[in-house]
Amino acid sequence: MTRNRFRANGRLVAALALGTAALTTLSACGAAPEEDASSAATATSAADLGGLKELVAAAEKEGTLNAIALPPDWANYGEVIKAFEAKYKVKVSVENPDASSSDEISAVKSRKGQKRAPDVLDLGISFARSGAAEKLFAPYKVEAWDKIPDSQKEKDGLWFNDYGGYVSIGCDAGRIKTCPETFADLLKPEYKGKVALNGNPTKAGSAFGGVYAASLANKGSFGDIQPGIDFFGKLKKSGNFIPVESTPATVEKGETPISIDWDYLNAGYADQFKSKGVDWKVAVPADGVYAQYYSQAINKEAPHPAAARLWMEFLYSTEGQNLWLKGYARPVLLPSMTTEGTADKTFVTKLPAVEGTPTFPTSEELDKANADLAENWDKAVS
Amino acid sequence: MTAAPTTKPAEKPAESPAAGPARKRPGASRVWLGALPLLVFAGVCFGLPVGALLYGALTRDDPATGATAVTGEHLQRSLQGPYLTSLVGSVQLSALTAVIGTLLGVLIAQAVVTARGGALRNAVLTASGVLANFGGIPLAFAFVATLGISGVVTRLGRLDSLGWNLYSFTGLAVIYLYFLVPLMVLVIIPALDGLRPQWREAAQNAGATSWQFWRHVGVPVLAPSLLGGFVLLFGSAFAAHATAAALVGGSVPLVTLKIADALSGNVLVGQENVALALSLDMIVIAGLVMAVYLPLQRRSSRWLH
Repeated sequence: MTRNRFRANGRLVAALALGTAALTTLSACGAAPEEDASSAATATSAADLGGLKELVAAAEKEGTLNAIALPPDWANYGEVIKAFEAKYKVKVSVENPDASSSDEISAVKSRKGQKRAPDVLDLGISFARSGAAEKLFAPYKVEAWDKIPDSQKEKDGLWFNDYGGYVSIGCDAGRIKTCPETFADLLKPEYKGKVALNGNPTKAGSAFGGVYAASLANKGSFGDIQPGIDFFGKLKKSGNFIPVESTPATVEKGETPISIDWDYLNAGYADQFKSKGVDWKVAVPADGVYAQYYSQAINKEAPHPAAARLWMEFLYSTEGQNLWLKGYARPVLLPSMTTEGTADKTFVTKLPAVEGTPTFPTSEELDKANADLAENWDKAVS
Repeated sequence: MTAAPTTKPAEKPAESPAAGPARKRPGASRVWLGALPLLVFAGVCFGLPVGALLYGALTRDDPATGATAVTGEHLQRSLQGPYLTSLVGSVQLSALTAVIGTLLGVLIAQAVVTARGGALRNAVLTASGVLANFGGIPLAFAFVATLGISGVVTRLGRLDSLGWNLYSFTGLAVIYLYFLVPLMVLVIIPALDGLRPQWREAAQNAGATSWQFWRHVGVPVLAPSLLGGFVLLFGSAFAAHATAAALVGGSVPLVTLKIADALSGNVLVGQENVALALSLDMIVIAGLVMAVYLPLQRRSSRWLH
C-alpha cells in the first residue's frame, strides 16, 4: 500500500514528451494522377495546349487547385485567390497557410503521386533553386515570360520570381519621437530596447533580408554577410535589439515599436492599424537597400497540372500582378507594366520610395551567406 | 541427513520441466495477448518515429542521383558549433529550472499539506492543474503583456532600470517556472500525504529534532518522488518549444528552436537530417537523465521495504 503511494509517476513523461512529431510525413501512397491530364502535365506553355482557352477548359475540368503556404494577409493573397476562383471554375484549397518553404518541399516529396499533393509552390529563393536541382518542378513559361527580367527566372522555367519588396524599417510614430530612416540611425541610444526583426534570420526570409541589408549598409557585400551579423551584435550589446519576433500583435501592442521587415508587410500594418490609433511609418533605409523576391514553381507531379498552369497565367496577368501591387508587394512585371501604363497608379504611388534598381545575389553568394549566418548568428546575439 | 537434501533437489528438476512450464504456458500466452494492444501502440507511435528518426539521422540522399548512403555527418554536425551550443543551452536551462522548480514546488506543497482546512488545498490543487498546462504562445504573450518591455508590471515597477529583460535566459527561466512549479506541486502532494504523522511523532518521542527527522526519515522516504519530479520537470523544460520560440527567437540558444529552424525554415536548405540528428541527441540526453534516475530511485526505494 505505502509502497505504491510513493511510487513516482513522472518517470515516462519526460521520454514521451521528447517523441518529436517531426516525422508525420510517413504517409502511405495514394492514387496515381489521372491519365487524361497527361497533355497538360508536359505542357511548357499555354500554346502547347492550343492556347489559353484550351488551358482554361482543361483546368476547369480538373476543378481544383492545391495550393500550400499562402497566407491570406500576406501580399494580398486572400484577394488573389478570390479573384482566381471568381474568374475560373476552379476551387483553390490552401493547405497550411503559414507553412514554410521547407514544409512545401517536403509536402511535394512525401506526397509524390497522391491527389492531395500541392500543385503550385510559392518558395523562398534558396528553396526554388534547390528544388530545381532536385528535379521537383515542371518547366513552364507563362505568356508574359519574356517580360520577366533574366535575373528573376530559371532559363527553362523551372521557377520564376513573382513578387517581392525591400527591407524596410517600420516605426510606431506615436511612441518614437524621431523615426529611424537608416541602419546607422538604429544604433542611436534613443532606440534602446525598441528594434526588432520579423523572426529569426536563420529561419525567416524577411529577417534574413534584414541582416543582408544591414551588411550592405556596413561595407559588406552579397558574398559577405558578416558585417550585418556584427551590426546586430552591436545592436544587441547596446541594448537596442530585442529578440522578440515582430508580428501584427506585437506591433499593435507597441512591444516592437521599430520593426525591420519587408516594406509590403510594414506598409500593410500601417493600413491595418490606422483605425486602432497606431501611426506606423515605413522607410526603406537608404544605406542598406536590399530587395528579395519569392518564386513560383509547379510541382512536376502536380495532381492538377492544367489548373497549376492556369494559376501561373493568372498570377502573371496584369490583373494578378496588380492584385499583388494592391498588397504593397512589388510584382516582378512592375517595370514593364510601368512602361506599358498597365500598373495601377494608385497603388504604385503608395509604395515606399526607393532609389536605384535592385540587384540580387547569385546562388553561390546566397549559399555562403546562409552558411555564415547559421554559423555565427547565435554567437552575435546571445 | 545427507541423503534427503540430495534426493529432493533431484526430484524437483525432474518434476518441474514436465509440470511447471506446461501449466504456465497457457497463462503466459494470455498475458501476452492482453499486452498486445499496448505493444502495438508503442510500436507504431514510438517505435516507427524513432526508427525513421534514426534512419534520417544516419543516412544521406544524394540530390542528383537519389541514392542513399549511410553517414555520420549529420550527427557530427549536430554536435558542433551553434548546434552544440543549443544543446548545452537547453540542458542548462532545463536543469536550472528543474532544480528551482523542484525546490519551490516541494515547499509550496508542504505548506499546503500542513495547512489546516481543505479550502487552500483545493484551491492550490485546482490552480496547479490549470497552470501546469498553461504553456505555449498564450503564456508567452501573457508575459509579454505583463513583463515585456512595454508590459504593465515592467513600467509600474520600472523593472527595466533594474536590469530586467524578459527576452533573456533569466526571463525564459522565470516563464518556465511558471508552469514547472505547479507541475511539481501536483506530483509531490500525494507523496507528502503519504508521510505518516506517526513517524514524525515517533521521531520526536525518540528525541529527534525537526532537522534530524527530515534528514533521516522525511527526505529518504520522499527521495524517489523528488527524483521523479525532477526528471519530469527536466523533461518538460527540455522539450518546451512554443513559448521560447515566440519570445526569444535565436537569442537564447535552445535545441528545440534549432530543430524547428532546421526543419521548417525559409532560409536554410537541406538541414532536415541535422534536425533529426539533433532529435536523436535529445533522446540520448533524456535517456542519460533516466539512466541516472533509475538506479538512484532503486537505491532510495530500499528505505521503503
